[in-house]
Amino acid sequence: MNFGFTEEQEMLRAEVRKFLDSKAPLEEVRKIMESEEGYSPKLWEEMAQLGWLGLLVPEEFGGAELTWVDLTVLLEETGRSLYPSPLLACILAVIALCENGSAEQQQRWLPGLADGSRIFSVALQEADDRLSPEGIQTTGRREGGRLVLRGEKHFVPFAAAAQHFVVAFRNSEQPDDVSLAIVDRDADGVEVSDTGSIDTTKRFGVLTLSDVSLPENCVLGKSSPAGWPAIARLFDHAAATVTAEAVGAAEGGHALIVEYAKQRMQFGSLIGRYQGVKHPLAEMYVDIESIKSLLYYAAWCLDESPDEAPLYVSMSKAYASDAFTRIGIDGIELHGALGYTWEYDAQLYLKRSKWVKSAYGGSDHHYDRVADLGGL
Amino acid sequence: MDFNLTEEQEAFRDEVRRFLDENLPPEEERDDMFQLKWGKLVREKRWVGFSWPKQVGGGGGSIMEQAILKEEMAARRAPPLGTCIMGLAWVGPAIIQYGTQDQKDRFIEDILDAKYQWCTGYSEPDIGSDLASLQCKGVREGEHFVVNGQKTWTSLAQWAKWMILLVRTKPDAEKKHDGITCLLVEMDSPGITVAPIQNMSKQPFFAEVFFDDVKVPVSNLLGQEGQGWQITIGALANERSGISEVTGLLRELDLLKELAHNSQIDGRPALEDARVRRRIAEYETRVAAMRFNGLRYLTKQIRGEPLGSETSVNKLHTAHIEKYTAEFALELQGSYGAIAPGGKHPIDRGRWQKEALGWCTAVIGGGTPNIQKNIIAERILGLPHD
Repeated sequence: MNFGFTEEQEMLRAEVRKFLDSKAPLEEVRKIMESEEGYSPKLWEEMAQLGWLGLLVPEEFGGAELTWVDLTVLLEETGRSLYPSPLLACILAVIALCENGSAEQQQRWLPGLADGSRIFSVALQEADDRLSPEGIQTTGRREGGRLVLRGEKHFVPFAAAAQHFVVAFRNSEQPDDVSLAIVDRDADGVEVSDTGSIDTTKRFGVLTLSDVSLPENCVLGKSSPAGWPAIARLFDHAAATVTAEAVGAAEGGHALIVEYAKQRMQFGSLIGRYQGVKHPLAEMYVDIESIKSLLYYAAWCLDESPDEAPLYVSMSKAYASDAFTRIGIDGIELHGALGYTWEYDAQLYLKRSKWVKSAYGGSDHHYDRVADLGGL
Repeated sequence: MDFNLTEEQEAFRDEVRRFLDENLPPEEERDDMFQLKWGKLVREKRWVGFSWPKQVGGGGGSIMEQAILKEEMAARRAPPLGTCIMGLAWVGPAIIQYGTQDQKDRFIEDILDAKYQWCTGYSEPDIGSDLASLQCKGVREGEHFVVNGQKTWTSLAQWAKWMILLVRTKPDAEKKHDGITCLLVEMDSPGITVAPIQNMSKQPFFAEVFFDDVKVPVSNLLGQEGQGWQITIGALANERSGISEVTGLLRELDLLKELAHNSQIDGRPALEDARVRRRIAEYETRVAAMRFNGLRYLTKQIRGEPLGSETSVNKLHTAHIEKYTAEFALELQGSYGAIAPGGKHPIDRGRWQKEALGWCTAVIGGGTPNIQKNIIAERILGLPHD
């Protein structure tokens, strides 16, 4: 039994942190998030060279073939830095391809993901925001040996930056008859628009598919097309990426308040001396520690114990959604008026918490799933 | 990360399971005769004081084996391993770490055999959470310390034969923590008076203890004069690692689910109510977080890193669960929730009512939630002291 990270994983953490601290401190993050693309192509390339974009990609396709636990270490650090990039979307595309793609499909797309030359996004949800087969209403009909997609996908991360999309669509009226296909941005009938997000480090948009015609070999599948279980697993991985970044971001936001409490004097005393300040900070610590424990176990399950993964992914996402929301709000309040300003960084963490609570299921959704899985 | 057991650990787990299969009858068949027999059996296995060194009569078990043992025992609701409650929880570990050979010879085996109970003389009438300000006085006179003062909230005082007592021996010490000394005191010493206090369920679980010129031989000084605080902090941290309690909380969760299955809200099954489902899911999530926190701390211990104030994290989770779970159960019962445990046909034989009135020991003993938050804020986050 060993519930800790290896030396290699701690080294990876230190490397990522060093890179982000020097290349993407918050003043740089602010520039990137205000830029048109919403991410830095230059840093993206550097991250690719460091091997971080291909962390999960098999070695034969140019990746490092590491595990979800390793990836969790990387994401905690990108989260801590509020680093804006299409990383999460690309990771989910890697998972979709690794778990469901044929050898030919993997060969076609994985190398570009590993070397950073291709940016992918995942288009799973639609306007009614249901994380279930019923939520997938985009249709895929067969015409002359080709697949024709029609529908509108919402909440597509970094849609405007993506060259390819992993799209969930429906084959028939049968409830679970859904599949995944890879759609190119420049195909006829594809339109992309940015929705505008509270947290501008986390762009998302709408992907409109107006009778987009694809060859059959764009449908992901080994011997037969991957169905709902594959999409459900993608949702679990998605929630796990959000939670991993949430832990890092929550810790970053927490550190900001703790430092302030150690410097700010009021009524002749450091405010960190007052229990009205120190107790909420201690409660945040309890929450962060607990999310970590749930998340790390969930990450291990995604690698090693798939049957347990849904329960622990949902527990960690539910807990993180609520806890980070509180940390975001209290972070502003404990700073007083300063926290309310554009210039001060507390607002960045508050906005990040709004993205965390909403992305891939909030606490109501995930607690209800915990109830389901717990036999209620 | 790896959650698998080694071959030796699996073999040990199987040994524990076999032992339980062979020796543990169903709960309703466990009478006094069984309890006696059980006590002897687990003592022979050296599972009482399992992690204590073999030289003093313990089991010499590893931290991991201890976790396995406790988890297996709790999963089957086995009786405790040893019945000298305070002795096993902190007096024994303190004596093993700080005691003289003579003290180890005199006390450790008795604790393992539960020859008698110990109690702890910490809190005083004006000194609760601020334990380091304690006033009960100990003055060295030749071969004795003469103790004068009062302790209170002393659990088990009226039944205990011995007390581990904190007294102030150096009133003028520069730091108040340095003036505290730890003594082992026989409860029938002349000058000790015990006055039981009833708790809110009318049970005399704790007591006031008065000291009037009580003579304690110097041979019963634990550690050095002035080392009392250090000894106590170590012992309290010992109490907080709390891995096995998660198993107990999981059983509680099953009972709560069962209650919810059998409950209705306005004529509809309670389990159709989103709030009910959510609250139970939150409980389950919190217990899982405690379990994994515990495993992370256990990993730290196995790697030889000392456990520090982070154990306050689970203590705070426990407090939350203790305070609000029975409360939620009473809510599910509607008007029935107000029936006294001994009243007419309370649901689940009144267990939730008893809990709603009985959580205080776990929440307040060993440091209230506010104290745990101070510990985290000051020792982990580095915020200034109050």
